[in-house]
Amino acid sequence: MSLIVIENLTKVYQMGKVQVHALRGVSLSIEQGEWVAIMGPSGSGKSTLMHVISCLDTPTSGAYYLDGVDVSAMQENQLAAIRSRKIGFVFQTFNLLARTSAFKQVMLPMQYSRNGQRVSPVERKRRARKALEMVGLGDRLNHKPSELSGGQQQRVAIARALINDPPILMADEPTGNLDSKSGREVLDIFHRLHAERGITLVMVTHDEAIGKEAQRVIRLFDGQIVE
Amino acid sequence: MFTQLADLLENIRVALDGLLANKLRSALTMLGVIIGVGAVIALMSVGEGAQTEITGQISSIGTNLLVVMPTNTGRVGGGGAASGGLTMDDVEALLAPSAVPDAALIVPQYSVSGQIIYGDTNFSASSVGTTPDYLTLNNLTLAEGDFISARDIEKRAKVAVLGAQVAQDLFGDFNPVGQKIKIANAAGTQKTSLTVIGVLEEKGGSMLADADNSVYVPISTAQTKLANARNALGKLTVSRIDVMAASESQVDAAYSRIEAILNEQHGIGPLDDADFRIINQADMLEMATSITDTLTVFLGAVAGISLLVGGIGIMNIMLVSVTERTREIGLRKAVGARKGDILLQFLMEAIILSLIGGSIGILTGIGVGQLVNLTGLLTSVVTVESVALAVGFSFVIGLFFGIYPANQAAKLNPIEALRYE
Repeated sequence: MSLIVIENLTKVYQMGKVQVHALRGVSLSIEQGEWVAIMGPSGSGKSTLMHVISCLDTPTSGAYYLDGVDVSAMQENQLAAIRSRKIGFVFQTFNLLARTSAFKQVMLPMQYSRNGQRVSPVERKRRARKALEMVGLGDRLNHKPSELSGGQQQRVAIARALINDPPILMADEPTGNLDSKSGREVLDIFHRLHAERGITLVMVTHDEAIGKEAQRVIRLFDGQIVE
Repeated sequence: MFTQLADLLENIRVALDGLLANKLRSALTMLGVIIGVGAVIALMSVGEGAQTEITGQISSIGTNLLVVMPTNTGRVGGGGAASGGLTMDDVEALLAPSAVPDAALIVPQYSVSGQIIYGDTNFSASSVGTTPDYLTLNNLTLAEGDFISARDIEKRAKVAVLGAQVAQDLFGDFNPVGQKIKIANAAGTQKTSLTVIGVLEEKGGSMLADADNSVYVPISTAQTKLANARNALGKLTVSRIDVMAASESQVDAAYSRIEAILNEQHGIGPLDDADFRIINQADMLEMATSITDTLTVFLGAVAGISLLVGGIGIMNIMLVSVTERTREIGLRKAVGARKGDILLQFLMEAIILSLIGGSIGILTGIGVGQLVNLTGLLTSVVTVESVALAVGFSFVIGLFFGIYPANQAAKLNPIEALRYE
């Protein structure tokens, strides 16, 4: 079975008195180790789809099997546990904690590892150092976000996303706030992760050039997959 | 058990990180609690100190003492004759052989306040007219000369015994025995010349009566020469009568006898209000304790208000902090924090703020208490209760004022929180 299987997914928001149909029957599957780009104009439902795939939100109807488990009707705390173990997040705006060193940023997700997954403080430090070295920031451990460039900040965020060794990396416009050189560095890291670790990458973007880096592009329009 | 402890340590670590990320703000928030807890400890210890001091003084008087005092001297509408206060006739009735068999000493007093003059030195002190037994009853000892004798009272002798402080102020190191001093009445219209016959040993200050700052004269002299103590019926009055029971177990018996004799003397029936009052040490203790208790509660309440304000400060800052850290909360939730993790993080921050603030506040309060002691004006006693109260109160305040902001944070939807600008 594929790592991600989505069947006939719909999502309806209530905005005041108006119902917004963000997703209207989406079905797709993503294999283990695949690199997929989700593309589409704004309002196409790509953010909603990403939120559902990354277990931040639940669908109105339809099924979502993640690693063979139906997560479409799970409670908030169960979803939090799934996110902690299975999904790494990279955001357009980095979302680093202010006034916190890169070293501590990277250790953050390990605070929420539970159910026998608890990591000892010594091991946390070892993993954090290794993760930062992997993204080429081994010499920036104690730098705070204000002391790092945009590209470096995004690389800290990638190190943070990988710290719990999740099978899936969700990237929401990962190069949207970066210049082309820093963006290239981030994509190079993605290529490396994909090739060396076989990580499954789901990337949301509206940039065609970035979309071409992926193995497969899923295009959304008006809540439905068009390609 | 082990994992729960590890979870708790994890929470404390996260909360400390959050607080240390904004040191100035954390310190300022804490200041409110520091001042509140410090004020509670300092003020309550002063109240407690006053209580300890006053009850100590009352206890030192001795548990077998009774004090008889006149109450309403122009009694209106009561039965019997108009009250003339306590008179020498009453004293004599009490002193009559086997009148009050349980009493060891009966000491009437008549006090006048006025100026004490020696040469060109003068100051006001109270002059106590009394009898020879006063010395024994009050546990006083003579440093020089003699105390008032029965003969002095009989002759209304113009003699005086000085308290240690009075002697020091008027004469310095020079022996006052044999010197003449003058006592002026309150209006200053009349001066009486008296010969000093003795000086008392220093007794130490007390809030009830200041033996060192008084001058003692024969009661008859005080009643006739220093003032006119006659009432409307021409009887000599007294200000109070101190009675020492022979033993502690005889206090109650003495009390009833005195009451019966004075009721008879004053013609007071069972339905009338008495025009005198008999106070025992237990009454005095009760009175003093109720006053100092009120004082302590009042001071504690004032300080409690500042602690409350400190708590509101915590809530205010926590609410601002939740708004400011919306994206952080969103991120934490995205990477696996559950509702309870966020709730506990913010709650823990509030509790840590109030507990650290509380601890510093305790030290500050004890320090202020020590400073108060150094001034010598008041004594302060820091009790375990006041410390426990302050710590408990600050913990509860952290919890109470922290829970609302923490809940606001925990409720946030991660998707919206991550989009928050």
